[in-house]
Amino acid sequence: MSALTVSGLRKSFGGLHVTKNVNLNVESGERRLIIGPNGAGKTTLFNLITGEIAADGGSIQLLGKDITQVPARRRPHLGMARTYQIITLFAQDSIMHNVLLALLGLSRSRWNPLMDLGRQRHLVEEAHQALERVGLGHIADRPLAQTSYGERRRVEIAMALAQNPKVLLLDEPFAGLSIDERRDVQKLLLAIPRDVTMVMIEHNMDVALDFADRITLLHFGEVIVEGTRTEVVADPRTREVYLGH
Amino acid sequence: MSARIVTLVVGAVLLITLPFWMPGVYYLNVASQILFYAVFAIGLNILAGYGGLVSLGHAALFGIAAYATGYLLQHGFGHPAAILIALVVAMASTALYAVLSLRASGIGYIMITLALGEIVWGLAYRWISVTGGDNGISVHVRPEPFGIALTSASAFYYTCLIVFALSTAMIAIFVRSPLGAALKGTRDQPRRMNALGYHVWAIRFWASMLSGLLTAIAGILFVYYNQFISPQTLALTASAEVVLMVIAGGASTLFGPVVGAALVVIVKSVVSGYLTRWNFLLGAIFVAIVILMPEGLVPGTVRLWKLGWRKTIARRPKIFKAGGPPV
Repeated sequence: MSALTVSGLRKSFGGLHVTKNVNLNVESGERRLIIGPNGAGKTTLFNLITGEIAADGGSIQLLGKDITQVPARRRPHLGMARTYQIITLFAQDSIMHNVLLALLGLSRSRWNPLMDLGRQRHLVEEAHQALERVGLGHIADRPLAQTSYGERRRVEIAMALAQNPKVLLLDEPFAGLSIDERRDVQKLLLAIPRDVTMVMIEHNMDVALDFADRITLLHFGEVIVEGTRTEVVADPRTREVYLGH
Repeated sequence: MSARIVTLVVGAVLLITLPFWMPGVYYLNVASQILFYAVFAIGLNILAGYGGLVSLGHAALFGIAAYATGYLLQHGFGHPAAILIALVVAMASTALYAVLSLRASGIGYIMITLALGEIVWGLAYRWISVTGGDNGISVHVRPEPFGIALTSASAFYYTCLIVFALSTAMIAIFVRSPLGAALKGTRDQPRRMNALGYHVWAIRFWASMLSGLLTAIAGILFVYYNQFISPQTLALTASAEVVLMVIAGGASTLFGPVVGAALVVIVKSVVSGYLTRWNFLLGAIFVAIVILMPEGLVPGTVRLWKLGWRKTIARRPKIFKAGGPPV
């Protein structure tokens, strides 16, 4: 079964066509890499899939259900989570609080105005587990302001994982990381079980290629090449628009 | 932490015993005013502080509750009915106010709330058949709950104190709750909150309703205290004043708005007896706060206190325990 199907997706900003008739089919459990030069429309594609911007045309299906008209805030409840290329965290709070907010987003108790959030054992416990998975369990209570860039990247991933998604969209999870940090994040992504389908945008080919089952190459809002890792890397068009040699 | 508890206990004892040591009814009345303006400021702080939505028309909601109470009493309703219906009217108005203003955030929100406040002010001024226009509405008697007449200054003070204590407790619980955390989240990262599955608009709407409830309660206390309401109460200056209370005391802190309310009321009513240009003094105080403690009086004082404390510790000779860090 396909986890995520995008068909005929279109989006223009004025006269600029950022997404032109994009079709994408990601199988359940697949690891899909989306590559493309700057301005190819990769992040816009993510924003369309998560519903943060509305498409001009086309449809999106999540686990066989049409979600084109479902508002962005409902999509996490249906099993979709994402991380951001530009780190978007709650800078005034602790790492723990950030992950708690992610968990709470899917919990009914998010409307509760009376109970003490810090005393919700099961939520705190779950948040701890998510932080352990990304190797931040030991500094859970540290204020976000006192963390490194690499740690923040991992908080982003922990928040997405905490929501227990079926489809996880990763927008450049390796951007700005040192070689050591990259290796840690790579290990952590490889450890995610196959019941989670992952779609990743990444420029860093040495870490990203290991990850991908299939690769989609976007160029000026269109899918130019799609196929297995070896097919796409060998394709002359990939070399021409992306790898550049 | 213990310093915080000591401050709270001392504060509570001082407030409870205040009628016994405060010289004169006049100062007791000032204390009552501080308390109901504090409730008003606490109400605004939910939106302006925790929600990041600076409402510049909150005096309209305060005034609607006060006018509704006055109008109903004038038309022969009893106190319980008047208060209850006034609250319902104020909450309905708050809902409308929220629906109209929450179309925007940031500067847009400020401008819409400013406009809504001006509209309500215009209604109070011009809709003479209901509001009495410039003459306002007089309230002749204060209620007598459980046979206790609130005509005396100390009885009214204790009423305000109880309402104030309940409001503070309510907010203390709210800000620690999931909904409170979600509200702060929508202030800091609305886009992320949406992507995490929160209904940002609905969170802001319910925060507006809670804010409106406290504002309305303060408005009802106001009209019973002054026994009079006129359009001046819901003018733009009144809205701006309560925003200043919140910011001066410390937005998104529990006691900041209370300190801010005390500051404004004291300068307005006590200092103005000695100083003709009290407005100038208030302005100078605000400028000083913005320069010296931009985060507000309460967080600013806490910061200085901690700084002083650390210096005191640093001045003490360091004692090294074997194998342990310096104490």
